[in-house]
Order: sequence, then structure tokens, then C-alpha cells
Amino acid sequence: MSLHSGSFEELAMPLFDQLYNFAHWLTQNRDEAEDLVQETYAKALRGFSSFQLGTNFRAWMYRILRNTFLTSRTGLRATSTVPLDMDEDAVDLAVESETPETILISRHDSQAVQSAIAGLPIHHREVLLLCDVEEMSYQEIAETLAIPIGTVMSRLSRARKILRESLQLQLQKG
Amino acid sequence: MDCDSWKAKLDIYLDGELPAEEMRAFDAHVRNCPSCAADALACVQMKRAVQVAGKQFTPSAEFRNRIRRKISSKPQSSFRRAWASTAAVAVILSAGVLTSNYLRSRSAENHVFSEIADLHVETLASSSPVDVISTDRHTVKPWFQGRIPFAFNLPELQNTEFALVGGRMTYLDQTPGAHLIYDIRKHHISVFIFPEQALRAGLGEKSESPKQLTFNMETWGQSSLRFFVIGDTSPADIDNLAKLFKAAATT
Repeated sequence: MSLHSGSFEELAMPLFDQLYNFAHWLTQNRDEAEDLVQETYAKALRGFSSFQLGTNFRAWMYRILRNTFLTSRTGLRATSTVPLDMDEDAVDLAVESETPETILISRHDSQAVQSAIAGLPIHHREVLLLCDVEEMSYQEIAETLAIPIGTVMSRLSRARKILRESLQLQLQKG
Repeated sequence: MDCDSWKAKLDIYLDGELPAEEMRAFDAHVRNCPSCAADALACVQMKRAVQVAGKQFTPSAEFRNRIRRKISSKPQSSFRRAWASTAAVAVILSAGVLTSNYLRSRSAENHVFSEIADLHVETLASSSPVDVISTDRHTVKPWFQGRIPFAFNLPELQNTEFALVGGRMTYLDQTPGAHLIYDIRKHHISVFIFPEQALRAGLGEKSESPKQLTFNMETWGQSSLRFFVIGDTSPADIDNLAKLFKAAATT
């Protein structure tokens, strides 16, 4: 018998909406997002017997989804055009410490924020979404993306900087 | 610590990821430093804005159901799209086998019911479920003449929701019979007619469908014929069609 407290369905279906949302942000396309989620669930169901009880099921599901995406055609295209930061592993937060020009974001700017997120390089987009939308801890993000926590922090910091700059530009254009 | 040092950690602070002691120290500093408080406010707003804008895409209900069906550990009991998709056909076949296996261990009477359920399921799963395709009872009824050793009447369906799809020959315990298929609101209902005395199991006048069946079924004997009405639609629909047949048999 399985050691799991719940069936795969019971564990996986509550994550459905958020996994789909994340998939859509990665692929930027409804059909591809559906394919990605479908493949993720199929892979996860097949691999469920090897899922370790006590480890983070949510991070496990996101990791499958993200790895599936990275090996897809869209994923390969997205990553091949985005060189990773030179200072990837340096937690060089001082660089980003300039005062975040007080951009007061109102409700009406949601559209602007959306396009700014969409414009982020894939590795920055995913880390920002996992942190601010999925509300994962740095540890959980590190598990999901299979990167050190220091890298999570530097990517997150860079993501927010790019986002701010992009928003400033958009809001200035009005 | 000066403000620049605090501000360098602002995001980590707002993500709640500083060690507990530093979190408390930061709380205290933000309360007393307008500049850091203003920055913190701007960052919180940004975080909120990302959170709101980030929850943008919702899956369709159709897609959710598709995935749920794929990963569901429970067997499906819906037979509605039997003719439409091969996936549904596969489900039907397994459900039909399960049903019949279970019922086969029951009494001889239930043996007949399970055979009827099998015939119903197998026919719907077939690529050519009917041998005579017609919505006209005056076409279907003569088609059976010479093929089966008895005659029967088909009901008039005007002013009812039922539609005749067609018919085919069938066998139950080596006894030839008629199998008619009706549609109602996309559900398929089978009507089987066999000569009563040829069936091994002596089905009483009031034989009722066993409760374990995944379908609704009604059966009765009339004019030396045994009728079975079976489908996945409501008991009321089954009963209505049965009534139409009962009325037609007496005319």
C-alpha cells in the first residue's frame, strides 16, 4: 500500500489553478499552457510512487512542470535567448539598493504590471511569480528551481529591479 | 546600522525571510525611520501589484474536468458520450465487464440482467451499433420480419422526447431477439424484445432490475414476449418508454 496520506488526485487537484496560472505565465499561450499542465499531471501521476512522503509535494509538482517546460520547444527558445546574469551567484544586493523610485501603483495599473511581468526574462519571471504570487519561501523556491538560496535571492532582486524600471518607463509614457 | 544597510535588505525583510531577530530589529527601525518606511510601503505595493497581476490566468472548466478524469482513481460511471469518443468506449467496456462479472455470480435471473447490460454496452461501444438506421418505426419493424421468430409493435413517438435511432438483431442465450435503440436528450436507451418461453430464467411478471446495476432497467412480460428497457438516463425516462411499449403491445 502507498504511504501517502492522500491519493494523487486529492493532493494534486487543489494545485490545479495555480499550476495552470504558472504554466500560462511560462508559455504565454493558452494551448501550450494546457499541454504543459496535462503533461505535468501525467508525469507526476506516473512518478507518484517515487514521491517521498514528507517532502514538499507542491515544490515537486512545480519542479516537474518547470522541467517539462524547459525541455519543450517554447522553453528551449525562451532560455536560449536569455543569458544568465554574470553575477548569478553573487548575492550582490547593494547594487540594487538605490532607492526604489517611489512608484505608486494603483489598481488601474494592473495591465502595466502584467505586461512588465510578461516582459521579464524567463528565469526572473519564474522566481518572481513563485515568490509573490505563489508565496513560496526562498527555501521552497530553491527546491523547485533546484538552485541555491543565494541564487534565488539574487534573481529575485534582479527581477524586481527590472520590473520597477520597466514600470517606470511605461508609466512615464503614460 | 545605517539606512542603506537596511534598505539593502528591504525585499528580504518584506518577504519575511530575515532571521527572527533581524525581523524584529527591522520592524523597530521602520517605525522610527520615515525614509525606510516610505520605501517599505512602495515595495509592499509592488509586491501586492505583482500578486494581483500575477493571478491572471484561470483554466477552463472543460480542461479541469479533462485532467480530473485522466488522474481520477475512481472508475467513471458516465456513459453519455458512448458514440462520440473511443475513450468513453473503453470506459464503457470495462464498466460493462465489471458490472457483468459482479452480477454473473448472482442468480439466474440476474444472469439475464447482466447479459442485457452487456448487450446494451457492447452495442453502444460498437462502431456500427445499429443494422437498420431509421427514425421511422414503419421502416424498422418490417426489417425484423423474417429475421426473428416473432412480431411486435413499436410505439408512436410523436409528442414525446424519444427518438428512434434504429435496430439490430441480437441473441440472449442463443435466442434471437430484437434490439432497438432510442435517444433521449443525448442518452441512449436500449429496448430488447425476446420470446418469453425461450429464456432459461423464468422471469416473473414483476421482475425488477437488480439494484446493483449501473443502469436503470425495467423489464416485463407481455403477449408471450419479454421486454427489457435499459439505459443510463433517469428511471422516469426508462419508465416512460416502457409505458409506450406496453401501450403499443396491446394495440
